[in-house]
Amino acid sequence: MRPVASEATSHPVLIFWIAAGWVGFLILPWYGIEGGIFSLEWLVEGYPFDTDFAPAAFLIGQGEKLWLVPLIPPLIAPWFVARRPKTDPLYAKVLILSGAFGFGWLIAQGFGIGIRGWSFGWLGALFGPLDDRQFGMGYGAMLLAASFLFVFTQGIAARGAINGDVFVVSAIGGVIAIVATFVFFPIAKMLTAAFVTEDGGYSFGIFAGKFFDDRLWGLDCLITGGRCGVAWNSLFLAILVGVLTTALGLVFALVVTRSGFRYKRLVRALTVLPIITPPFVIGLALILLFGLSGTVTVFVADVFGVQPTRWLYGLPGILIAQVLAFTPIAFLVLIGVVEGVSPSMEEAAQTLRANRWQVFRTVTLPLIRPGLANAFLLGFIESMADFGNPLVLGGNYDVLSTEIFFAIVGAQYDQGRAAVLALVLLGFTLGAFYAQRFWLGKKSYTTVSGKGDAGVHPLMPRRLNIPVYAIAGFWGTFTIVVYGMILYGSVVELWGVNNTLTFKHYVTAFSVRLDAEGIRWTGSAWDSFWTTIKISAIAAPLTAAVGLVTAYLLTRQTFAGKNAFEFGTMLSFAIPGTVIGVSYILAFNVPPIELTGTGLILVISFIFRNMPVGVRAGIASMSQLDKSLDESSLTLGANSWQTFRKVILPLLRPAILAALVYSFVRAMTAISAVIFLVSAQYDMATSYIIGRVENNDYGLAIAYSTALIFVMLGAVGLLQLLVGKTRIGRRTHVKVGG
Amino acid sequence: MVKPRIGGKAAPVSFRNVSKVYGGDVKAVDNVSLEVETGKLFTLLGPSGCGKTTMLRMIAGLEMATSGSILIGDKDVTGLPATDRDVSMVFQSYALFPHMTVLQNVSYGLGFSGFKKAEAAERATAGLELVGLSGYGDRLPSELSGGQQQRVAVARALVLEPQVLLFDEPLSNLDAKLRRQVREEIREIQQTLGLTVVYVTHDQEEALAVSDRIVVMRNASIAQIGTPRELYDAPVDRFVADFIGEANLLPCEIVDIRNDQAEIAIGPYRHVLASRGLARGPATLAVRPSRVVLDAAGGFPAMVSKATYVGSRMEYTIEAGFGPLFAVREDVDDPLPVGRDVTVGLAPTGPVLLPRG
Repeated sequence: MRPVASEATSHPVLIFWIAAGWVGFLILPWYGIEGGIFSLEWLVEGYPFDTDFAPAAFLIGQGEKLWLVPLIPPLIAPWFVARRPKTDPLYAKVLILSGAFGFGWLIAQGFGIGIRGWSFGWLGALFGPLDDRQFGMGYGAMLLAASFLFVFTQGIAARGAINGDVFVVSAIGGVIAIVATFVFFPIAKMLTAAFVTEDGGYSFGIFAGKFFDDRLWGLDCLITGGRCGVAWNSLFLAILVGVLTTALGLVFALVVTRSGFRYKRLVRALTVLPIITPPFVIGLALILLFGLSGTVTVFVADVFGVQPTRWLYGLPGILIAQVLAFTPIAFLVLIGVVEGVSPSMEEAAQTLRANRWQVFRTVTLPLIRPGLANAFLLGFIESMADFGNPLVLGGNYDVLSTEIFFAIVGAQYDQGRAAVLALVLLGFTLGAFYAQRFWLGKKSYTTVSGKGDAGVHPLMPRRLNIPVYAIAGFWGTFTIVVYGMILYGSVVELWGVNNTLTFKHYVTAFSVRLDAEGIRWTGSAWDSFWTTIKISAIAAPLTAAVGLVTAYLLTRQTFAGKNAFEFGTMLSFAIPGTVIGVSYILAFNVPPIELTGTGLILVISFIFRNMPVGVRAGIASMSQLDKSLDESSLTLGANSWQTFRKVILPLLRPAILAALVYSFVRAMTAISAVIFLVSAQYDMATSYIIGRVENNDYGLAIAYSTALIFVMLGAVGLLQLLVGKTRIGRRTHVKVGG
Repeated sequence: MVKPRIGGKAAPVSFRNVSKVYGGDVKAVDNVSLEVETGKLFTLLGPSGCGKTTMLRMIAGLEMATSGSILIGDKDVTGLPATDRDVSMVFQSYALFPHMTVLQNVSYGLGFSGFKKAEAAERATAGLELVGLSGYGDRLPSELSGGQQQRVAVARALVLEPQVLLFDEPLSNLDAKLRRQVREEIREIQQTLGLTVVYVTHDQEEALAVSDRIVVMRNASIAQIGTPRELYDAPVDRFVADFIGEANLLPCEIVDIRNDQAEIAIGPYRHVLASRGLARGPATLAVRPSRVVLDAAGGFPAMVSKATYVGSRMEYTIEAGFGPLFAVREDVDDPLPVGRDVTVGLAPTGPVLLPRG
């Protein structure tokens, strides 16, 4: 007979979390420590009695921070039921109550008492004045919060949720808690910041004043020829970029799937480009080509005697740069869609006497229409969120993402305005995201069934051939020239002035000296380079883990509120980096969670910026695994955690690797959120490069970017190699209906 | 060292007024009660969507009953998840873990049942021997044929000595020849080890071949339970008659009843058979195609409208006054031509009376 878990009277997982809570309460420092916990300086500087480093128990013991006392009963209570069987109603009741009360109290005291005592006036009125205060929570508090959370989820599981599955309930609870903390809480905080008046009160008037500002919604460009509002600028740009990238993406997709073109693999390689290119690098390359002293500008000026102008700076420049940068994304979407059209549909149309053009127009095009809309919306969101290119090429054409930045870092320092701008931007991207999910979601014409479809796609109609080849050829060449410029620009002394070849920029950035103390990283870029590698390397596995667990819950489990859960976890995809940046600054600069200026805030921002990548990779490969694999593991006596670890994870190795590498690479190329969150101690490569650009030090900036591109190319190449190997020995699963 | 032997710890299963409702109003299983006896092979048979797979998955604990209770042995398992039930299942797709060797697959479940590593490996080896796959332990599932993969799946379920062993359409991914062989092997193992088995299929021939009892299901409830013979020879209604083997359903008239024997009339033709409690008046007659006698003396008149040669026999569609009739004949050397008039009678045994409707 198999041992039955629900009757067991020992619960190792529960004991673990209760013990963890005690460790957090008794041993770890309760408050955040300047200089970080890993410096370990606190150990010799008065721990455990110094109130800066003391664990909660020692604080209370010294009569300090007495509002932590109510945390003791919920820490003790679970011990009393730890030896009861799960089926005992008391077991569930005690765990739920102590978990919920402990967690709730922890949060309430965190928000209620801050740096200046009571955080809200009415608390003072209610309980009298408080002449104590507290700083941001540290590892002790965090561990205790986690302990309460998981004690609570075990109570919920014991009550019978998800068949009493502790792992699944805890995973759901954990994901909800961290997404709420690091996505919804900052956004909510930003929302309130938009209403804050100068003296700290709240007023709708102040929000309305900022929201209906002419700088945001003005239409002067249509009436008087003046400047239009930022919101209109962004919207107009995003629509143009969406349309153009979709059209170009379709052209390339047709070349790859519906033509006899011989170098299709090369075209497919295009898709790697946006992943490994820091977003503003294209802008830099365009300056080298079309800027005032750009190659093309100088050439045209010489030949035709035209005065060079600054036409690039503004809408044209941003548009070209964004279309170059985001066309591969549209291509990636559309290639899947065009290939997804079942060949038998097109073959059926052919046998019904439609010629190639008619097949394309009446069958293929209607079937890929949702894909086109999807590609458009992606281009729209990317353009809205793009920060690097407008910063480099914007000129007088202001867009939302850069305006947010200048509202925070510029002379104006207006948090309220930044918050309002961010809300408008968020409104646009969420609108597009919502449209993508709820309007397109119902209209997916996936025509390929699980069974093998033996047909062959017809070639594209002849009358499409010439324009498609012409456009693809032109744009492909242009892309190659632009990337060539990046490489070439990095080895030119001073662009347009002194064109001698030199490695001086690389030397400035990456020089190394060997001396008695070993290697000395003397180049100016090393600092930010190693920080970037370190932060990205820490963020990558965490991102992959959060993404895969979420994907597992979404594909393999059913639970109440799953749709909302899915929407919440995928939401961060639609939140532009600048919005994340602003909201993190607003939310995590004050207790209870103080993170600004640390490396941790960068790691966290990467995790939640890139989490959708991990989720998508996980969902894509988990839906390849037949569900009967999980079920058979369950019927063989494994619980869901064991199934996840022994069956799902090993089979997902390629997806895990992909998620790891992509989140690593994306963390390295990110700029929009990062630029708000970097500090002197934790400077990242991209923000360092932007700094160089602002000082007109293009040579160094481009050399550094080139080096980054090669590092990431190496990472992606390594991935291809590893994933290629792990595929061997895998059986493909044909889903069987029944 | 004593070689481990795979035995059985068979237990009965009982469903007590079990219902399963999806999404609030779709009834997959509707108030079903069923007793599966210890050591017997029960087949759940029915068209797709009849609820048979849902029944199986409720025994496994992969679906939870909406109401009613399920017992395995004398223990109520209604609320227990799959992990905690002493049941194993062989899946349609086999669900072998592709990243584990055959031996690792077979010992997978043993690891969770408290067996030591060496002991688990020994039992798994014994299990593989039982299904005739000794020596295949180090291969990956992808290196085995479909039939071999199937047997690994069976071995993996067997070594846990479950109280109940479940099969979900285990033969549907095998080709026709292999199907016969594998189903005989399954039946043999079941009988030798005395296992309680619940087996789902939509193939009536397979069901007839392997079962102790067949549970015919229709629209989320049970239409009839019986031995293969009972179902074939004495279906309770038109649905069962038509589903188990093909049956012609003819309208007839019961003209006389004497000692539980009914005399029926189809046109001029008279035939006597068991009345099965029916009274005089119109009724339905279920006749297997092989029990239709062509060119019978005193039969009712009809005409051959189609004749098909299928190798081992001839298949005829006969046009009678009340509609078409399907008949088969072993005689392939001398087929009846299309358009010929025939008189149709019935074999002395086989035809069954059903209530009208």
